[in-house]
Amino acid sequence: MTSDTPLPAASHLAAGRFAPDPVGVPIAAVLAAGLLLLPFATLRANRIVTGEGLSVLAALPVGAATGTIVLVTAVGTIGLLRLPAAVRLAAAGVLVAGLLLAVGIAPPHLVASGDRLARVSPASGFWLVLAAALLLALDALTRLRPSPLARIALLGAAIVGVALVFASDHLAGLSVMREYATRAASFWREAAQHGRLAAGSLGVALLVGVPLGILCARVAALRGPVLAALNVVQTIPSIALFALLITPLAFVAANVPGASALGIRGIGAAPAFLALVLYSLLPVVANTVAGLRDVPEAAREAARGCGMTDRQSLVQVEMPLALPAVLAAVRIVLVQNIGLATVAALIGGGGFGVFVFQGIGQTAMDLVLLGVIPTVALCFLASVVLGALIELAAPGRGLPR
Amino acid sequence: MIELRGVSKRYDARTVVDDVSLVIEPRTVAGIVGTSGSGKTTVLRMINRLAEPSAGTILIDGVDTRTLPGFELRRRIGYVIQNDGLFPHRTVRENIATVPRLLGWSRGEIARRADELLELFQLDPAVFAARFPHELSGGQRQRVGVARALAARPNILLMDEPFGALDPVIRAKAQDDLLHIQRATQTTIVLVTHDMDEAIRLADRIAVMADGRVVQFGTPEDLLARPATPFVERMVGVSDRSFRLLSLMPLERFVEFGTDAASDVEPLELDAALDAREALSRLLWVGAREGRVRVGAGGTHGRIRTSRLLDAARGASTP
Repeated sequence: MTSDTPLPAASHLAAGRFAPDPVGVPIAAVLAAGLLLLPFATLRANRIVTGEGLSVLAALPVGAATGTIVLVTAVGTIGLLRLPAAVRLAAAGVLVAGLLLAVGIAPPHLVASGDRLARVSPASGFWLVLAAALLLALDALTRLRPSPLARIALLGAAIVGVALVFASDHLAGLSVMREYATRAASFWREAAQHGRLAAGSLGVALLVGVPLGILCARVAALRGPVLAALNVVQTIPSIALFALLITPLAFVAANVPGASALGIRGIGAAPAFLALVLYSLLPVVANTVAGLRDVPEAAREAARGCGMTDRQSLVQVEMPLALPAVLAAVRIVLVQNIGLATVAALIGGGGFGVFVFQGIGQTAMDLVLLGVIPTVALCFLASVVLGALIELAAPGRGLPR
Repeated sequence: MIELRGVSKRYDARTVVDDVSLVIEPRTVAGIVGTSGSGKTTVLRMINRLAEPSAGTILIDGVDTRTLPGFELRRRIGYVIQNDGLFPHRTVRENIATVPRLLGWSRGEIARRADELLELFQLDPAVFAARFPHELSGGQRQRVGVARALAARPNILLMDEPFGALDPVIRAKAQDDLLHIQRATQTTIVLVTHDMDEAIRLADRIAVMADGRVVQFGTPEDLLARPATPFVERMVGVSDRSFRLLSLMPLERFVEFGTDAASDVEPLELDAALDAREALSRLLWVGAREGRVRVGAGGTHGRIRTSRLLDAARGASTP
């Protein structure tokens, strides 16, 4: 058979028409596995014992279970077909909403109304299906390539949606929400502390790191040693760095007048804050240096040739051109610090880590989740917002480097 | 007037510019031509003190340039570099406004000046003022670069290979535009280029540089007819300098009236706007011994004899 016979072309065409979407295949597989093979919810006699995993059919009333299965099947099919990205995004959104609806129905269905000890939690099947739905949404967003402002608008819509779900008390029966209900005040206190640790350390790192980066970009002799030292800091594990800072800070608190009045102590927020600042310095300094060195030589020469002073050239030309790189560092640092701030609770620094470590101590996994879920959500939020800002900060230069 | 008196530039043991003296008359175009590494760009950069001379003095209108801080001096001198050097984060209007802003002009004055320059360079302000450099073609960027340099009405414009990044067709247009603007603004221009044709076309006087020294400073005709050294000879291209010399001569110099036309061949019609080189080329192409041009509005005919053009191309006996 020669290559120009019509048969291979025809079969190729047919394969093209019926070929499933390449990303849709694994997503559909995960949806099916999560729904059929793994438990949807866990029922436990109280908050710390091991529970029993229940399938969708066992965890939900017949109607809700059927609805969930139909919904997951429909969205999985949409994922498999080569449909427009907007349709895929909408399908993923509907699936997330449906899952939240379904999981909220489980506690009243499984627990007798008088039973105040029994706990219902989402189980691995729920999490897997949720993850697959988010993956489908993310893939659709990548294909849609929305503008920075559209991304922020979508994020805002998602936040409003999630806030409405929580405000409706529909999920109040879930174990993690009952953990929240008993410690709502301390949750928001630790949330504020977490924000202060992550954002405050970023602020200090920028105040120190950007000038240091400018200096390193100009003085070649300084660049190597400074970046090497900051690299070494980056390799120290976070718990070790927290511990290493306890002794010197305790010494400062004891010997420097006024230090302890400022809140400087060997344990608590001070060493955690300082450690986060130290971790933040490498990305900030390295990106400032890289951003400034990437400024086109012609632009620098033109700035001098137009009669700008060194300072004017730095402020009006070089820093604006390096801004996307500095913002990229802000994004890295903020996401990194939101995660690392969790460890601060180990040395009494507060933050969402408080719930994580309490939960581990009590083997109450839902209390751990109370610390983990908002941490992950904050990381995601910071990453999306700063990603959009970076694109907005590079007007007329297309996509950021 | 720009005067360089015994100016040298040394980097450690290496001498890049060696005892250069030049006088550049006001309202003229001076070309500095040389191979790469000849020190031509360094000479240019010392005029606005982007590079400081190791020895010698530079005077502008009789005043030593060292009496001003470098940045203030540079605000008074236009500067155009190769690849335009526009600020990528600023719009066309903001780029043009750079020096006026540094000088503290009012906003209205700056906006008026930017629009005026955009129109001078045939860029419609409504279309181009708000664009970013990456949204322009190479030729448009080059024009904005020159407009930015002229924004604060400097008396002096320094240009370092300003047309180097342009393709030949756009380059020729940009060179013509520059000459028109120079005539309109009466700016003194110092132009560094490695392209002798460009220098011959644009400059009133050309300095040829080799190994940090000026080996000849003269008019294009001087360089072509009387090259001072074998190096200058090579730079002007001995093999076709006849034609280069002719290209400097307007055709009207060869027009004769009253004499009888040679009757054997029909004279070739020539456009009076041609230069002598183009006219000769056309005459040779059809094998004509003479051509005819219409001079003035009255339509008087004048004769151009091929033999006179050939005589002129001999160099030693220019009319």
